[in-house]
Amino acid sequence: MTFPFHVRAMLLATAVALSPAAMAPAWAETPANALVVAATIDDIISLDPAQSFEFSGNDVTQNIYDRLVDFDPLALDKGFQPALAESWKVSEDGKTITLTMREGVKFQSGNPVRAEDAAWSLQRAVKLDKSPAFILTQFGLTPQNVDQMVRAEGNTLSITMDKPYAESFVLNCLTASVGAVVDKETVLQHVEGDDYGNKWLSTNGAGSGPFSLGAWKPNEAVQLVANDAYWQGAPAMKRVIVKNVQESSAQRLQLEQGDIDVARNLTPTDIDAIAKNDKVQILNEPKGRMIYMGLNQKDPLLSNPAVIQAMRHLVDFEGMANSFLKGQWIIHQNFVPAGYLGASDDNSWTYDVEAAKKILADAGITSGTITTKVRDLREYLDVAQTLQASMAQVGLTLNIEQMTGAQVLDAYRARQVPVFLGEWGPDYADPQTNASTFAINPDNEAAKGSTLAWRNAYAVPKDMQDAVLATVTEGDSAKRTAMYLDIQKQYHDSAPILPLFQRVEQDGARKGLAGWSTGGAVSSAMYRSVTKAAQ
Amino acid sequence: MRRVGGVLLSLALTLLGLLVVTFIIGRVMPIDPVLKIVGDRATPAQYEAARQAMGLDKPLIVQFATYMGDVLRGDFGRSISTGHPVAEDLRRVFPATLELASLGTLIGIVIGVPLGVLAAANRGGWIDQVARVLALIGYSVPIFWLGLMGLLVFYGMLHWVGGPGRQDILYDGMVPQVTGLLLIDTALAGDWGAFRDAFSHIILPAGLLGYFSLAYISRMTRSFMLEQLSAEYITTARVKGLPERRVIWGHAFRNIAVPLITVIALSFGSLLEGSVLTEIIFSWPGIGSYITKTLLAGDMNAVLGGTIVVGACFVTLNLLSDILYRLLDPRAT
Repeated sequence: MTFPFHVRAMLLATAVALSPAAMAPAWAETPANALVVAATIDDIISLDPAQSFEFSGNDVTQNIYDRLVDFDPLALDKGFQPALAESWKVSEDGKTITLTMREGVKFQSGNPVRAEDAAWSLQRAVKLDKSPAFILTQFGLTPQNVDQMVRAEGNTLSITMDKPYAESFVLNCLTASVGAVVDKETVLQHVEGDDYGNKWLSTNGAGSGPFSLGAWKPNEAVQLVANDAYWQGAPAMKRVIVKNVQESSAQRLQLEQGDIDVARNLTPTDIDAIAKNDKVQILNEPKGRMIYMGLNQKDPLLSNPAVIQAMRHLVDFEGMANSFLKGQWIIHQNFVPAGYLGASDDNSWTYDVEAAKKILADAGITSGTITTKVRDLREYLDVAQTLQASMAQVGLTLNIEQMTGAQVLDAYRARQVPVFLGEWGPDYADPQTNASTFAINPDNEAAKGSTLAWRNAYAVPKDMQDAVLATVTEGDSAKRTAMYLDIQKQYHDSAPILPLFQRVEQDGARKGLAGWSTGGAVSSAMYRSVTKAAQ
Repeated sequence: MRRVGGVLLSLALTLLGLLVVTFIIGRVMPIDPVLKIVGDRATPAQYEAARQAMGLDKPLIVQFATYMGDVLRGDFGRSISTGHPVAEDLRRVFPATLELASLGTLIGIVIGVPLGVLAAANRGGWIDQVARVLALIGYSVPIFWLGLMGLLVFYGMLHWVGGPGRQDILYDGMVPQVTGLLLIDTALAGDWGAFRDAFSHIILPAGLLGYFSLAYISRMTRSFMLEQLSAEYITTARVKGLPERRVIWGHAFRNIAVPLITVIALSFGSLLEGSVLTEIIFSWPGIGSYITKTLLAGDMNAVLGGTIVVGACFVTLNLLSDILYRLLDPRAT
């Protein structure tokens, strides 16, 4: 059989096209002054700091905008530091905090950063009333009163609150994305109706931060461009590109090839694999996210104190942390994450099937069936199945229903998940963020609440709720810490919501990369301190 | 003229039907789009405000009428999962898929058609065996596994091709967008470095899709050819002493061209909407992964917009294959 001529020609053409000579590898290292990050960034829905509330979105707004007070990426444990506000003082009655603005700072547009911009930014966030607005409105600010409560005078900004809140609480909240200072003059040019420029700011940037927004292609990439006039010094990286790469294995390949500098979503298996590569380093950073188990108190079985107590012994903490959660989740059994003021390291629940069996037998329970609705992600399914196995040993049957994230959330918000296994991430850098959702439930009967305690129908004891509310007005930080420790001790002993693990982010990075910070447990990624040395 | 009118009408009706079905599925889906907007932390008041802003408190029929009105004005609404206008999103993601699927189909035709013809001409011979094994692997090996292996070998180990994504960051945004097809845009700009970069990124996923399409095309070609080769006119031609090459390519092949066009159109259509896994593995920002992601978020404006585009493609492909059919086969009227 001879091939007809045109077939031969095509085969030859294909062979040439596919040969290595035709495609010499021009792709090797990333440029020395550009940072290329691979991550899953398909959760971004808006880049307006008054709306953005997702991890990837906040990673972007963190770098485009400055806040009044902020973290030092290389010293997160120092807590909030002066940023656009140079100094502040609290009034005699403790209800007003007056911040003095730093002079000479400019927005990326060239406009000066004024107290007026800061005041307008906070007023705007309160009036827009998107999800993160509660971080500000918990100080008694409302769309109606915010113009009187938040005021600019010369170069000072004063914030008046309904109660004398702890200074640390207020300033911690101002480090959140919703506290970003936006360029009023620029945004005003893009207002549509009464949206305060929300539509425009969703896809554009107007900040004074170390980077400006180059481009955002949804589900594809975000590009940031260095602001060389940045008041804390021009960043070493002139461009930052965050590429959306879904697969851990694809991220790993690109990292090993040197096509990217950092891979942010590697599985434990891929982390193990790159550990042997001498061109790559593994960076561990504790995050604020936690996996917890909620036992819905509307369920007659789960509301039995003996069952709650038994469940604490049915979680194979060590087993899970050492196998499929390896390196990426550590045991943490209290609702304030490590890295926060008032975090507790009391991890005294132990995996003990015999103890659980005895507790249940004493209460006369030998069998029972419960359902869990779990997000169809490997980690949760693994946790659910491990729990299912240990529950079976004491006669309890756990039915596992898999669903998409949106479906689970829907059911959970309607209080229809008996055993909830899922994640919770803090909203701002203060312990109150978790205390107010794990341990506050003002009206357990109300038609709709939104705290985690409400979703699990946990009628939090009144004295515990009072204690949580009292912490925010305690000016003495040492006393505040002690109060959180107290509350958590009580919670640990009695609550039907069980914090289980805390997240550790494991990033793979090229050797020579330094100054990388994803914001630790308290904040978001900060690129301004990143440097790269030749490998 | 009347025929053109009829065709356009049926095209419009097909798309309308598609929209109605998609719209209904979207609204009865157990996914709450409001949650995607307001997130896990919102108070009931914020939730309700967002629901009203999205128009979801209105009756279904009113929502649909509003939507259709907007579509007729060329406004597909705003996507809730990307924050961008859907039309803008589609302009970005569709060319990426079109380019990938076109190259994949091209590879499938260039290799699949001759392979199928040769396999039929040498029934039971080695080429036939090779074609069968290729098709078998194409049908039975999961595409994501082949994709990952391809990346590992050709990108990770041999460094022959570029990694996931459409181009390297060095070239990103360097060439003005004309068609959105990078191979064409870079060639138009005369930037051959960028062209080579784009080619190095597309060749692996396109080769993968091409492989799956060639497995299908070659099998169909083979069976069409076998049918022809057993026909009487072929025996006559052979008896008349025509060289085998002319019997196969001149006589038999001409007669299978028509059904083959339908096969190719179908294969192209399925690559346009069915390459989701490939797009995810190769981080290819195309319409397949766009629709999947937005669907999971309950983002109906985006899903409907994407459905219209894919549906329009299918209808157009059908129309084109129909026209070619008429041109190539004078008996068809």
